[in-house]
Order: sequence, then structure tokens, then C-alpha cells
Amino acid sequence: MTNSWTDIRNTDLVIVMGGNAAEAHPCGFKWVTEAKAHRGARLIVVDPRFTRTAAVSDYYAPIRPGTDIAWLMGMIRWMIENDKVHWEYVRNFTNAAFIVKDGFGWSDGLFNGYDPETRSYDMSEWDYVIGADGFAQVDMTLQHPRCVWNLLKAHVDQYTPEMVERITGTPTDKFLHIAEMIGETAAPDKTMTSMYALGWTQHSKGSQNIRGMAMLQLILGNIGMAGGGMNALRGHSNIQGLTDMGLMSNLLPGYLNMPKESEVDYATYMSTRSFTPLRPGQTSYWQNYPKFMVSFMKAMWGDAAQPENDWAYHYLTKLDVPNYDILRMFELMNDGRVNLYFCQGFNPLLAFPDRGKITSALSKLKLLVTIDPLETETSRFWENHGEFNDVDTASIQTEVIQLPSTCFAEDDGSLTNSGRWLQWHWKASTPPGQAKLDTWVMAQIFLRVRELYRQEGGVFPDPILNLNWEYADEGDPTPDELAREINGRALTTVYDTTDPTKVVVEAGKQVLNFSQLRDDGSTMSGCWVYSGCWNEDGNNMARRDNADPSGMGVYPNWTWSWPLNRRTLYNRASCDMDGKPWDPSRMVIEWNGEKWVGNDVPDISPTAKPQDVGPFIMNAEGTSRLFSRAMMRDGPFPTHMEPFESPVPNVFNAEMRGNPVARVFEADVADLGTSEEFPYVGTSYRLTEHFHYWTKHNRVNSVLQPQFFVELSVQLAEEKGITNGGWVRIWNKRGSVKAKAVVTKRIKPLICDGKTVHVVGMPIHWGFTGNAKKGFGPNSLTVFIGDANIETPESKAFLVNIEPSEEPVA
Amino acid sequence: MSENMAPPPTTAVSNPPVEALAPNLGDGDIVLASATPNLPPPTRQLEKLAKLIDISKCIGCKACQSACIEWNDTHPEIGVNFGSYENPHDLSSEMFTLMRFNEYEDPETGNLDWLIRKDGCMHCEDPGCLKACPSPGAIVKYSNGIVDFIHDKCIGCGYCISGCPFDIPRMSPTKHVVAKCTLCSDRVSVGQGPACAKACPTQAIVFGTKDDMIAHAEERITDLNGRGYDHAALYDPPGVGGTHVMYVLPIGDKPELYSGLPADPKISDVVQGWKGPTKSVGMAAIGLAAVGAVLHSIFTKPNRVTEHDQVEAEEMVEDILGPVETAELATPQDEGKA
Repeated sequence: MTNSWTDIRNTDLVIVMGGNAAEAHPCGFKWVTEAKAHRGARLIVVDPRFTRTAAVSDYYAPIRPGTDIAWLMGMIRWMIENDKVHWEYVRNFTNAAFIVKDGFGWSDGLFNGYDPETRSYDMSEWDYVIGADGFAQVDMTLQHPRCVWNLLKAHVDQYTPEMVERITGTPTDKFLHIAEMIGETAAPDKTMTSMYALGWTQHSKGSQNIRGMAMLQLILGNIGMAGGGMNALRGHSNIQGLTDMGLMSNLLPGYLNMPKESEVDYATYMSTRSFTPLRPGQTSYWQNYPKFMVSFMKAMWGDAAQPENDWAYHYLTKLDVPNYDILRMFELMNDGRVNLYFCQGFNPLLAFPDRGKITSALSKLKLLVTIDPLETETSRFWENHGEFNDVDTASIQTEVIQLPSTCFAEDDGSLTNSGRWLQWHWKASTPPGQAKLDTWVMAQIFLRVRELYRQEGGVFPDPILNLNWEYADEGDPTPDELAREINGRALTTVYDTTDPTKVVVEAGKQVLNFSQLRDDGSTMSGCWVYSGCWNEDGNNMARRDNADPSGMGVYPNWTWSWPLNRRTLYNRASCDMDGKPWDPSRMVIEWNGEKWVGNDVPDISPTAKPQDVGPFIMNAEGTSRLFSRAMMRDGPFPTHMEPFESPVPNVFNAEMRGNPVARVFEADVADLGTSEEFPYVGTSYRLTEHFHYWTKHNRVNSVLQPQFFVELSVQLAEEKGITNGGWVRIWNKRGSVKAKAVVTKRIKPLICDGKTVHVVGMPIHWGFTGNAKKGFGPNSLTVFIGDANIETPESKAFLVNIEPSEEPVA
Repeated sequence: MSENMAPPPTTAVSNPPVEALAPNLGDGDIVLASATPNLPPPTRQLEKLAKLIDISKCIGCKACQSACIEWNDTHPEIGVNFGSYENPHDLSSEMFTLMRFNEYEDPETGNLDWLIRKDGCMHCEDPGCLKACPSPGAIVKYSNGIVDFIHDKCIGCGYCISGCPFDIPRMSPTKHVVAKCTLCSDRVSVGQGPACAKACPTQAIVFGTKDDMIAHAEERITDLNGRGYDHAALYDPPGVGGTHVMYVLPIGDKPELYSGLPADPKISDVVQGWKGPTKSVGMAAIGLAAVGAVLHSIFTKPNRVTEHDQVEAEEMVEDILGPVETAELATPQDEGKA
């Protein structure tokens, strides 16, 4: 989230699209009810189903799964056409004025430079024109035909309300009604907040869905504002922490990059990470990259990381492919190229697409280790449960070791919520039986592996033997020790860069925050964005002062928010060019003539003059980006792409299937279905009674929603002879499931491109372990294809068929 | 009186006491008790309480149901899906509150509303269950408005079920006593709010003095009027003297849309006539069984009275009034269907 959960109460308008906050985030949703009750805020819901969020909304519109880009581009078109644009914001705080190279273009659903053989674009023309002065050229009048603003206008021009209805099924009158509501927030003193979740990410173009809304929010001037922002509702209590700590196959902690194979040494690696400002006087904060990188390497390898050995750069693994995401891992596993799989806090047999393939892949492992507090289907993938898990146990030779771990209440530690708050929690209960902390498990494995390397050597033992491991009990690192390591400390005394006589931080002391990190090896920090969480003031994550001096729900001394305890990102954009708040009644920060002051930590140097330095300091432009240059594989603007399994062809290019640059493994192509065979659109979601696949172990949750069901419209039920509460079978080429039918008025047939489209909704949760009735998950049917940029599986749009059926045999 | 006793039950504050307190809700606070005409007057008058359920804020998450199960340590069965989000499928002696879901399309606009109502005991000012109950002291009403079932005095006759205009109490098939929401009298008596209100993530359920809750409801109604709900209203039905569980209904002129919430609930005339305050105990006892039978033919809810229960009831009445003619205590003939 750019903002915090509590800030949602400051909004004028909430749009929930690509999510179902009331259902999946009921506790956070309280801030929506606060905004409605105390500010008179309105709530819009756009979703294929009339959801629990829709039940308390002011306005609802349906949409076909996987068509959000067309909807959002249509919305941007309407804002431009009706002058609902926050002009001063757009001109100064976005890259609208930047001039783009002549080669960039779009036709027939594709951008320039597409190569169908490699399924990729040549992106060299997707960039700014750089002037003789080394800076990007701009036209602040927005008149230049090649400026981003005019290219955007041309790009969205085809998304008329009629075209939006044709693609998305959202009736024009409803679309226009919502446009009027959203358009009001173009006023400088009105804001809209966007709350989204997996309904936007789980598509083969998920990143572009989110960009579409981010662009709309920028055009309306709603980023950086109290009650505004792009607010990703994360799907686990600590999934934000997972991302921040770099648990992605292509990332290091703090959004540093895992090196590529081509980056043979540290100098080569850094050569593409200089982040020189693209406009005069801009901050381009990533210029500090070397400080964060060297401090990370010092945290990893301590004294073994020295300038002479490139800070042990060669210890880092190098990627020979863009990433080893989970889809790729299971593809490799299914090819017999993975022997051992550690599966920690993860239940891929129900969570990842094409369950048949997951089962097949797990069956080819020599050893599977699961680390989980509860029995998971994955750890029991080899066990026959009749129709619910129809495997031939005798033919599976995979050895499975289950290591029982702990639940959050059995341990101290921090959880990072969607709003970037690191909230410390305390152990409330002793783990049962032989359950052990995950940190203990990992430490014990590490110590044994290190001992093997010591005794037996190996091809390259150095990264293991030299790993920095400074814990009082090396077999059991404590949460306190780990948190202090993440914050970082001075290894030798750190002096002021401008005044070498001035000590910034003494050797051995915790650094105050990442501003004290250095690239000369004098500091270490495990994750620079978290630096400040546990400094010499102590554990800031444990702070529990609920004072709210601003009255805006900032709670600055409640826990600690990264970065630097800042609660609203890009908050300099909440003020005009003179540093005066766009809305004085909701002041976040303001310029007092000398520095930035106010209710939040400024997201800019406190003394940076408002006329000089742009608010988006992490970008080399100093502005936000309506045009994302060559940073996304599927285009600098979002363009409509159908799901890989779609009921209708792409209106711009009937030959184009799905996202043209998304990775598709050859083995999966034959399993893709067409709308002739599988006429109905399947989509997946969670229920508020459950937490993922876990709570079926809890009797109460099982009582409240005991049995797997699918939802379908009254019309489709009549067509297929399906009765409410009866059994149905849903299938496609990848699998088949049986469920109870919930026939509902909350799903209506949509008319898309003249064709009636029926949606079948399928909740996740059920499997064959736990208290609840045995059941299935939608992942038996979902496609094994991910987002073109980050490989999140396309679980929200796929094709199925459905028929009345009988109860499955356990 | 211990020093460490809760203050008189009034309202749930945002930060209720965390220390252990002795309950402060006792016999001296009882203003009505079933089949007890000579109830001593209460020793004090507590402030009237109410739980307010704001349907416009309710997201149907069932946290209230979950909290109710946990707090009351009930054990509803893990059932099946019957084509609805409602689970369990009905109130029971193990499920005191239930989210009821109704999909309603406005015939004029065609717009869909998913009407979600938390069902459970309304804690009537004039409780029909208490009036219908033949067992002395099995149902009591406190001066703060809470209507509570005293299970060890319940004879399992089920007359309270028939007497309830909201169809709330349910007979336990194993324990043969009737159970319902207590408004968490055990929590309220130590300064806490009901478990459901505590768990509600959107504060759709709030709890406090009845006056405060009415004032809060008025604010909510103003907000709803501004959102096109011209008929938004507080549900505090006068036919039962008002209730201590109230709703804010966005479609306030059509309460029945909310899964059959009665528009004008009243205690049946039979029950009123039978056990009205002016009736003598003797009349009540004599009329008891016959009225039970009549009631039973009026209501179709379960009303099983075992022979054992009947004997026990007779004994209780005899204890108070002396011998009565057994013949007059006829057994209801038709067993109700669940």
C-alpha cells in the first residue's frame, strides 16, 4: 500500500476492483466503514460477482474476468475527454511532458517490435528522447505530438464506453455512472482510494491491471494524498514482509536485484544501476544502491566481504533465466530435474495451478520436506483419498519428511502488514509436541550442511563456510538478534561525509536508519528498507502508543512503518508546486519556507525546495510514470489482452491469445481449452469464513462454511438443469472437480462482443485434510501460465464446462 | 460485596476492564421471572441496555457467529452446503446467532441488494418466551433489559418457543432444555460487551445504553437517507414493548425482506391472556396445559413435552399451589416438525 490501512478513513471515494476487501480483509475493511460513516465516503465495487463488499457498496457494476485493462483505459479516456484531470499534478508530478522516441507505437493489439518467435518485444524505442545535455527532453505545455500525454491520449482513444461494454460486459450506463463518481476526485481537495488484491494480480497481465489504476490515480492527482493511493491488500498477514525481505527468486532483501549470469563481477552488476537523474536537480534515490548492496553483503559474509573480493559478489547465485518462480520450479520438477524440494509454509498442491501437474511433479522428487504447523495436502499428496485425491500411492517413490513448525502466536517476531507497518508480536503459547520455530529448523539444517562442507569440502564451499552467523546460540537465532541484524549496525565508526571529524555512529552501535549506511564496508544491514526498525532507541516495532495528534489516523508512534516510519509514500505530491497542501483539511506535510513539516515523515529531503525536486524520488525522472519506458515486458502502456482461455477473441487482434509475451511452457499448450469445448468462464476467490487452506483444521471455521461449492447464475442453472444445493461437475482439459451448486442472482450473464458469457465462481479452501468436508480447489482447473512480468499464475480467468452430477466418492 | 466487583452493568466501553471482576448482575436485578407472580421488587434500577445491529455496515463475515460459538463453548455440527452462505442452516441450541442472507431485486429499479441479517434473540421488553414459560424462574428479565434462560430450571416443555414472536429459542435434542442468546449476560455483568460485538470487524454490532444506541441509530439513518435509502429506519418494535437488540434497516419500511423479520411482532393474544400480569397464579396453572395445546396448534415449531417433563411441571405447580387435577394437564397431541 502507498498509504496505511488507517488512512483509508480519510477518503472521499473507495473503489474496490480486483479485490473483495470485505470478504478477504474484513478487519481492514473497517476503515472503509469509518470513511463512509464519518466522511460520507462512497464505495464503488466492480467485480464479476456481487460480493460481500458489494453488499455494503453505494454502486456496483459487473465485469468479465480478465478485462480490467480495457475498463481502466476507458476510464482514463473519459477523464481526459471530460476534463477531469488534475492538470498541475499531471504536468509536474508525472512524466506526461516527456518526449518519447519516434519508434514507439501500437497497432493491432501489439506494440512495436514484437517478435512472435521469441514471444518478446524489442523495447529499445520505448524510451525518452535524451537531449545534448544528457537529460530527457520535455514539453511542459504538453503540446508536442510525441510527449507522453499525447501518446496516452491516442492510446486510450479506442476505449470508448461502447468498446468498454463490448469487451468487459459492463453496461455503458453503469460505466458512465461510475465515471462521474470517479471524475469528482480530480478536484485537488477530493481523493479516491483504490483497494485491490489478487483479483488484479492473478492474471497473465496482472502488473498492467495495477498500472492501469495507478495511471488513473495519477491523472486524478490521488497519489501521495491522505485518503488516496494504490492500496494492495496483501493475502497473508506477512506477505508484505515476504516481498520486502526478498523472498522472490529474482530479488535480494530490500528490492535489490539478484545478479544475472551476464553480470560477471560487481562492477558490471553496478554499471546498470547508476540511476543518474533524468532531469536536472532530481534526487533519484537509488543512487544510494551501492550503500545498501555493500551493507547487505557485509550482513551476509562479514569479514569475508572485502573490497578486494568485490564484497564477495561471486558468492551470490546468478540467474541464468529471468527468475526461478514457482511455475518454473514445478515445470523443472515435472521434467525430473529437481531432486529435493523444501516446502516451507506453502501448500502448492492446492495453491498452484494445474493440480494434476503439481501431483505429477511432486511424484518425481526424491525427497520432499514440508515445514508447516498443520497437516497440508502437499505433505499428503501421495495418499489416496478416493475422488478427492485419486493417486496410485504404490507408484510414488518420493520420500516425504514433515517438520512440524509453529504458528505466529507461539513465537516472538514481527509481521509486516499491507500498510508496511512492522508490528512486533509476543509469544502467547508454547508450541505443541515436537513443533519447532522455523528459525530453529533452518539454523539446524544450516549447521549440519556447513559441517558437511567443512569435512568433505565441495565444488564451492566458501559461501556456506563464510556465512556470517553471529548468534548467541548458533543453533537457535532469536527474533531479537535477527531483527537487529536486519536493521544494521556500524562495523567501524562512521563519520559524516562532509565533515570527517563528526561521528555519525560509533562502531558496534545500531544505525539510526539507512541514511547512515555506507558503501565502504563500515556498515552492515540485512534489509535496508527495514533499517530503523530496531536502532539504538530499541525495538520500534514494539511501540504501542495509539496517540493520534493529527486526528487523521496517522498513529506515528504505533509500531514502525518502512521506510523511515513514513506512513504515506510520495507524500510530497500532496502539496502544490509551492509546497502548500492541495487539501489543507487533510494536510500530510507542507513546506514552511525552510523545510517540510507536518503529520508524516516527508518522502523527500526535508530541505528540498518544492519548486526544485520532484516528489517521486525513487524514479530517475523525479516524476511518476504514465509511460513506463522499457520497464515492463508487455508494454509502456497497458493494452487490452484477453486471458489465455477466453470466451471471445481479442477485439483488436483475433489471432492474439492471452498476453503475447507471457511465458508458456510447451507441455501446457495442449491443455489449453477453447470456448467451443469449454464455454464458461471460471474464476477463483476466497471466503471470509476461511484463511486459505488452514482453517479447515479449525472446527468453528468448518462449521461456518463446511463444504466446497461453486456459484453460478440462475440463467446458467436453468440452461444446464442444475438445482440449487445439488451436485455439479466442473471440468476442462486439466482436471475435473465436483461441488455443491449455489445458484445465485449475484452472478448475472454478461454480453461481451454480442455473446452471452456465463461466469462460474469457485472458492479456494477445501482439500482432503482437516475437519471440513472433503472437497476440491479451483487449482485443479486453472492454467499453468503466469503474469508476463512476475509470473503470478492466471488463477482468476479460465474456461470450464459444467453439468449436474453426483456426490463424489471419498 | 467484594471490592473487586464490576460496576453496575451499563455499557460496553471501548477499553473494557482487563482485571478479573466479580459479576454485578444478581437476583436483586430481576424484574420479571417466569411463573413467579410474587417476585420481590428489584433492589435497584439498572440503565437499559441495547445491542444495535447496523445492517448497512454488516458484511456478513460471521465473526459474530464464530465469537458466539467460542464464548459460549457450543458445538454446532459441521454440516453441508445447501445452496446458500447460511451455515449452520438454522439457529439451534448450539448456535445462538446466525447470519441470514437474502438476495433481493428491487422490482422498480432492478438493482440487487444482498440483505444480510444477524438473527438471534431480540431481548424484548415484553418477552413472550417468559410469559409462556410455566417453570418458575426458568426465564428471567433483568432491569437492564436482558432476558436470560436459567437452564437448571428449564423443564424442556418448549412453550417459550411458541411464545416467541421472532422464532428464536431452540430445544437441545440431547439436554432437553431450551437455549438462546443471553446477550452475554455473563460478560456484561463484568463490564464487557457481548462477544459478537467485540468480534465485529466493522462495528456493525455496537452495544451500550439503549438511549445511546437510539442516538447512534439516528446518525446512521441520516447517513443512509443521504445514500438514497429514504425509508431507512430503526427497528425497535413497539408490539413487544421495544427490544434490547435493535436493527438499523436500510429498507426500513419492509423489514420482512430481511429474511422474514416480522413487520409488527406481537405476543400472541393467547399468551397475553394466559399469563398477563393481572392473572392469578391459580388461573395460570390451570390454564397451562390447555393453552399449551392451543398454542401448539397455532405455531408449527417444535414443542415436544416428554412425559417426564410433564410430571415435573405438575410437581412444580403442586409445590406452589397444592394438588391439581392431572387430567387437566393434557399432553399436546401433535408433535411439531423441525
